[in-house]
Amino acid sequence: MRIVPLMVAAVCTVGLVSVLNMQLPVGKSKTPRLGYFLSPQQGFWQNAEPTDAGFNADVKIGSLKDKVDVYMDDRLVPHIYAQNDLDAYKVQGYLHAKFRLWQMEFQTHVAAGRLSEIVGEDRIATDRFFRRLGMVTAAEKTLAGMDQSPEVKAAIEAYAEGVNSYINTLKPEDIPFEYKLLDYKPEAWTPLKTYLFLMFMSYDLTARGVRTDLQMTNARNYFGFEDFDQLYPNVQDSLDPIIPKGTLYAPPSIKPIAPVSADSLYLGKGPSTITDKTPVVPNKNNGSNNWAVAGSKTKSGRPILANDPHLGLNLPSLWYEVQITTPTHSTYGASFPGSPAVIIGFNDSIAWGVTNAGRDVIDFYDMRFKDSTLEEYWYNGSWKKADVKTETIQVKGGATITDRVAYTEFGPVMYDASYKSNGSTEGKYLAVRWTAHDGGYGLSTFYDLNRAKNYDDYINAIHKWSCPGQNFAFISKTGDIAIKQQGAFIARWNRQGDFIMPGTDSSYRWQGVIPYAENPMIKNPARGFVSSANQMSTDHTYPYYLGAASNFPLYRGIIINRKLAAMNQITPEDMQQMQADNYNVFAEMARPVLLKYLNEQSMTAPEKKYLAMLRDWNLRNDIGETGATVFRVAWDSLETQIWGDEFAKAGDKPLPWPDESTLLETLLRDSVYYFADNANTSDKTETISDCVQAAWAKACAFLDKRETDGKLLEWGVFKDTRVSHLLKIDPLSRLHLPIGGGTHIINATTDNHGPSWRMIVHMTDEIEAYGVYPGGQNGNPGSKYYDNFIDSWAAGKYYRLLFLKQEAAAKHEKMTWHLTFNNR
Amino acid sequence: MKFITALALTILLGFALGLYGQLPWWSYAISSLVVAITIHQKPGKAFLAGFLGMFLLWSVLAFMKDNANEHLLATKVAQILPLGGSYWVLILLTGVLGGLVSGLAALTGSFVRQSK
Repeated sequence: MRIVPLMVAAVCTVGLVSVLNMQLPVGKSKTPRLGYFLSPQQGFWQNAEPTDAGFNADVKIGSLKDKVDVYMDDRLVPHIYAQNDLDAYKVQGYLHAKFRLWQMEFQTHVAAGRLSEIVGEDRIATDRFFRRLGMVTAAEKTLAGMDQSPEVKAAIEAYAEGVNSYINTLKPEDIPFEYKLLDYKPEAWTPLKTYLFLMFMSYDLTARGVRTDLQMTNARNYFGFEDFDQLYPNVQDSLDPIIPKGTLYAPPSIKPIAPVSADSLYLGKGPSTITDKTPVVPNKNNGSNNWAVAGSKTKSGRPILANDPHLGLNLPSLWYEVQITTPTHSTYGASFPGSPAVIIGFNDSIAWGVTNAGRDVIDFYDMRFKDSTLEEYWYNGSWKKADVKTETIQVKGGATITDRVAYTEFGPVMYDASYKSNGSTEGKYLAVRWTAHDGGYGLSTFYDLNRAKNYDDYINAIHKWSCPGQNFAFISKTGDIAIKQQGAFIARWNRQGDFIMPGTDSSYRWQGVIPYAENPMIKNPARGFVSSANQMSTDHTYPYYLGAASNFPLYRGIIINRKLAAMNQITPEDMQQMQADNYNVFAEMARPVLLKYLNEQSMTAPEKKYLAMLRDWNLRNDIGETGATVFRVAWDSLETQIWGDEFAKAGDKPLPWPDESTLLETLLRDSVYYFADNANTSDKTETISDCVQAAWAKACAFLDKRETDGKLLEWGVFKDTRVSHLLKIDPLSRLHLPIGGGTHIINATTDNHGPSWRMIVHMTDEIEAYGVYPGGQNGNPGSKYYDNFIDSWAAGKYYRLLFLKQEAAAKHEKMTWHLTFNNR
Repeated sequence: MKFITALALTILLGFALGLYGQLPWWSYAISSLVVAITIHQKPGKAFLAGFLGMFLLWSVLAFMKDNANEHLLATKVAQILPLGGSYWVLILLTGVLGGLVSGLAALTGSFVRQSK
């Protein structure tokens, strides 16, 4: 034995293995454990799914009562045929896990504030944010209250069993790609995770207030209420509400009363200035379109429903298509990996679609605590004990962080001395009041809609829905169409909750939930259609305060209603074209305002060129239009010109940027505008004309520079739409997609946000339905089914949805694979 | 002959141990060590047999996976790592890393016994 070389060789071997067995830091991220990751028998190569892979299978799930047949079509959409409902949900859970396990767990980890467990200390702030928002507590509360809906409880438990039966048979080398990349392992699925996922949707669709309420408060304090009300008005001249103007409303059964101090203390210039820097805030564009046309307006004489929910565009997609058929019901649509049942879809009697109601259901209360121990707070004249919950965050790499959150009469204290992004929240205790904390019937609405036969079933189903408030559009085979804005909405006095409210006594508390019978709704209107696009649901004659107008985008509703009113003899193809329509009604109103103030004579050559582009533009945001880009750049430049000076002077207190509609409507109303004057020049008073011309010169300089740099002005290139992997890793994302549309447009596709599922259902005897989403059924980045719908989606194309009885499915040419599930 | 036998055994045992996903990915380092102890060769030859065995095994397995997958995943991973998006480089890197660990283990093994 030669000791020295032996030792050297042994040390080298062990050293190399150790290095290849570690996650090495690269910049802010870490590599996978390279030896493991590259091992062809264990690492990522195992996830490289053969392009000719088959999906036939014979699966055993011990607790199944009967055999379940699944026919998988050529797009990898499963059609589940079970002999009872619970068997169906077990198989749905199994299939979700088989194709989307990593995503399901990741999304619920986000909701539960457990990201740092898998990613590391970078995400501690995100985790604290979600925990302090009370996400987990609320999910636990919903779970605990599920005895009131025993069937749904059983469905969620069966679903969890199905997920776990997949996880339990998963061989180590077969775990999804992202686990290998980040180096962790799947854990068991629980019913709580389904509720955590639903909490995430509540957050995504209603929690914008966690930022806006703070910023609105800053703005009110900075500008004073009078100016504030001009910048963030609650009047929208061009509003075309969901419920047609002129509809009569019954007197309200709750008349919320503003506290006597509200005018001075609440609306007046308060002493507090809050600076917020919340780490994660839902996208402002989270919204959607839905509409339904009655048989009187269609070629076939049968109703048609269309829905496209606008959400962040991610891979793996939020949605997973599925058909579920049991003796009790048969339904098809988009489901959430993480939850049983179909969320947006149809059955053999009805179809339904949802858009976000956008109503304000989250508020802040300014609390007074005795001291930083958070034990006691002042409420109604005495010290009251807070319920302090300790949150434990495990950080990858060893550290454990504990966070104390005080729960008050109103809700969790999100901001306190321990959680502040900078000095100016010093000494503040802000408690969150949010309807999502109140529990509820969870998934019951969708469970019931899957089984609904008619209008009454639809109303009963949606009356179980509390948060996030939605506009539920509906059609039935019997010819009914309807839309109802449903959720637990607070009966507010005017402007209640738009700003931080005093929390030292109960005078600013919520005074009640608007009775569901009084929520805005309409059935079989004379105009032959219903629609919603996140605009205000009613005109000002509705007897309740809907919340700040800035919560409600204005323009998609206008163009949808205009088009539907004009259309007759409608076919599903017409509806497809309409969902993908790129007409810009905002520009239709705004372009004349710009052109009015522009003077061609005094322009440079490039400015003249861009003016021609703007003037000749067909008002469509199609991918090839340069005018769309010129308009967008010019309008943004005008906003900066008008608001920029005031906002820069506000210093470090973030203010909400006023809505585009506010500026446009003001300009349409008059030509003298206080905010046009540059606050930084005292020697002269700038007019709107000055502003538009200055903005135009800057916009043209920007466009000219862009062209000089060799970048195109075509709208599709300028907008540059992407569908990002949930980990924001570019190679796993799809970039530079050729798709038009944008904000205020029916095809609401912005750079990373837009129609996450497009569906059209025609209530013919054999239901004719179409759908597409920007993703693919298989969440594995190594599968050709990972992103195979994206090109069709971008091109505005649809797939015919196969909604078949079992005998027909067994014979159908597109049913490519057959999976059987047995209990032995 | 010894070289061929060592090479073949390295591949065979490396493959067999890799079938068990519960074992650590580096288990083949032990089998390559044992092969080099059992079939004694000069250090250079032992290293080469160890290296070549696992290089061939890993690159061929990776090549087969990649080919059936039409380079879909390897192209993505080769951008994440980053290797310029080349699946070929990724296959070679896979082979070289597998080979290096195995070769060093085999080298260690050859030093366990005195050369004649």
